[in-house]
Amino acid sequence: MKVVVFCKSVPDTETRVRLKDNRLDKSEIKYILNPYDEYAVEEAVRMKEGGKAEEVIAISMGPERAKEALRSALAIGADRGILIKDDALDGSDTYVTAKVLVKALEKDGLEYGMLLFGQQAIDGDTWHVPGQVAEMLGLPQTGSIIKLEVDPDGGKAVANRMVEGGEEVHEMALPCVVTCRKGLNEPRYPSLPNIMKAKKKPIQEYSVSDLGFSAEDVGKAGALTEVLSYALPPQKEAGKKVEGEPEEVAQALLQYLKEEIKVI
Amino acid sequence: MSIWVIADHRKGGLRKPALEALSEGKRLADQMGTAMEAVIAGHNVEGLCNEIASYGAEKVYVIEHELLTNYNPPAYARVIGDLIKERQPQIVLMGGTMTGRDLMPRIAARVGAGLAPDCIKLEIVDGKLKAIRPAIAGKVRVEIGFKSEIQMATLRPNVFEKLEPDTSKTADIEKVPFEPTDLDTKQKLLEFLSKETGRPELTEAETIVSGGRGMKGPENFALIEELADLLGAAVGASRAAVDAGWRPQSDQVGQTGKTVTPNLYVAVGISGAIQHLAGMSSSKHIVAINKDPDAPIFNVADFGVVGDLFKVVPLVTEGVKKAKAQEG
Ligand SMILES: Cc1cc2nc3c(=O)[nH]c(=O)nc-3n(C[C@H](O)[C@H](O)[C@H](O)COP(=O)(O)OP(=O)(O)OC[C@H]3O[C@@H](n4cnc5c(N)ncnc54)[C@H](O)[C@@H]3O)c2cc1C
Ligand SMILES: Nc1ncnc2c1ncn2[C@@H]1O[C@H](COP(=O)(O)O)[C@@H](O)[C@H]1O
Repeated sequence: MKVVVFCKSVPDTETRVRLKDNRLDKSEIKYILNPYDEYAVEEAVRMKEGGKAEEVIAISMGPERAKEALRSALAIGADRGILIKDDALDGSDTYVTAKVLVKALEKDGLEYGMLLFGQQAIDGDTWHVPGQVAEMLGLPQTGSIIKLEVDPDGGKAVANRMVEGGEEVHEMALPCVVTCRKGLNEPRYPSLPNIMKAKKKPIQEYSVSDLGFSAEDVGKAGALTEVLSYALPPQKEAGKKVEGEPEEVAQALLQYLKEEIKVI
Repeated sequence: MSIWVIADHRKGGLRKPALEALSEGKRLADQMGTAMEAVIAGHNVEGLCNEIASYGAEKVYVIEHELLTNYNPPAYARVIGDLIKERQPQIVLMGGTMTGRDLMPRIAARVGAGLAPDCIKLEIVDGKLKAIRPAIAGKVRVEIGFKSEIQMATLRPNVFEKLEPDTSKTADIEKVPFEPTDLDTKQKLLEFLSKETGRPELTEAETIVSGGRGMKGPENFALIEELADLLGAAVGASRAAVDAGWRPQSDQVGQTGKTVTPNLYVAVGISGAIQHLAGMSSSKHIVAINKDPDAPIFNVADFGVVGDLFKVVPLVTEGVKKAKAQEG
């Protein structure tokens, strides 16, 4: 069976966020493959190495730089990439993104057994796209998984999903959707030869019109939500800091807990 | 036109984030001069309607079926989504529990509605919902507006104020039929592996005591646990402590762990890396105990203690014990 991993190019957390004209100033941002998607790629590649998947396809919607995210996935071990790139996509919300990704899968004529996503993209932190894609395709879905067992011959998968107070163990018929998170596996560091090999792996590009959309269907025009404004979070005032003998500082903290927080 | 709240429940009770969502739904409904109504799906859940009513819901749609006993994403999304399409509430809210964050995107896609996740503030502007939420690891706040008729949002737990319930209130109950389809049976819950610790859930806790690499080893987390238990707190950890195998994955706070908003967050032996801050910097009060006066955690701490945690924490624990004994 073929498996598809969804890869987003996102700003590295370490980069500073600046605003310009009520938009994000993207000029100095460094982009990486979304860390949650690394767990998805790693899991897919392990499925291939374990003989459970024939082909791993990495797909991304984004500007030219999203190719780098795809290359990272190819370096971990995905076989080929699909990139949906078009200026008209600027301003797309998660609904549009899901719609476009679904069309790209159809266009590619993929007979996939599993769709693997990251639990969330660390820029928007929405957790939306996987569920939206699953619903549009009418597929079962287990989110936030930390364990996965796939039985391609039996046509099913069992996944443990991390929730408050424990784990839900879901059984799903294939094809199905999972979203991956930390705890599922330990993504490998790609070796230099694999990074070189990744450069030669094919990446198919699609434009919006290739997928049968017009400009009004996507981007800002097709979105159901819009970002009205950006603001930096309120700056916290510098707090109190105490230094000294353990007895003194412990006393000061106890007083704070008692008088300010009133927990004791 | 009305405001709907999808009520998340567990073990025969409403979840705390569901109560917060009901409270916020009621506040917005009052502001708009409309009714707040609730949806509950599950098996044997009608008994929860009284509690839902006590938070101001005028009507409760009850969807009961054996197939809905446990969370089943396709089935829940189909039945709730189709009900929304039929009745056209203007706004649909749900607490941002693991179920809420998982389910609402499916429903939104089915309905064709815009969805704002993990909101920390909701407003009605010109008759429409406007949502405020953190993004990019909490480094920006964005305002989300809606272009769809139906507007949906999930609420970050522990942020919205919970109303005092009024048990004299009642609600109309409408039972919604559930006809299983093929898709509903393509997924089922095999079992729930409980990992209860007896402590509050991190995302819902009023107080959290977290330990990092400074704890030096798993055995020293006894110091954290003792203080946490005295304060009725949850126990958290930095990624370094989790990756070292000292604490379970479910304890991790931060970008690749949980986002928490307690009233009090106590960071012990945690440096305050940006990825850790991403998960806890919106806590209402932050206390840090760290021996390095330049640790970045002090930039966000309301009260910082520069000192050796192995000396300071036991003294604090003793002090709390004494104070509790005096109260008691
Ligand atoms: C993609 C990505 C995602 C990440 N996600 C997360 C996440 O979700 N959550 C998270 O926490 N991290 C995350 N990290 C890791 C993060 O960058 C830091 O490495 C981590 O938070 C450090 O943990 P720490 O503060 O416990 O350890 P350290 O940075 O080693 O800090 C230990 C602190 O303990 C203090 N200390 C030591 N001994 C004592 C003593 N006796 N008394 C008092 N203080 C003492 C030291 O001064 C130091 O400040 C992520 C990193 C990446 C790259
Ligand atoms: N533009 C995109 N291209 C490919 N995959 C995406 C894109 N946006 C989101 N995803 C996938 O959906 C997951 C959740 O993202 P989000 O819903 O944005 O939090 C990500 O981890 C990716 O697997």
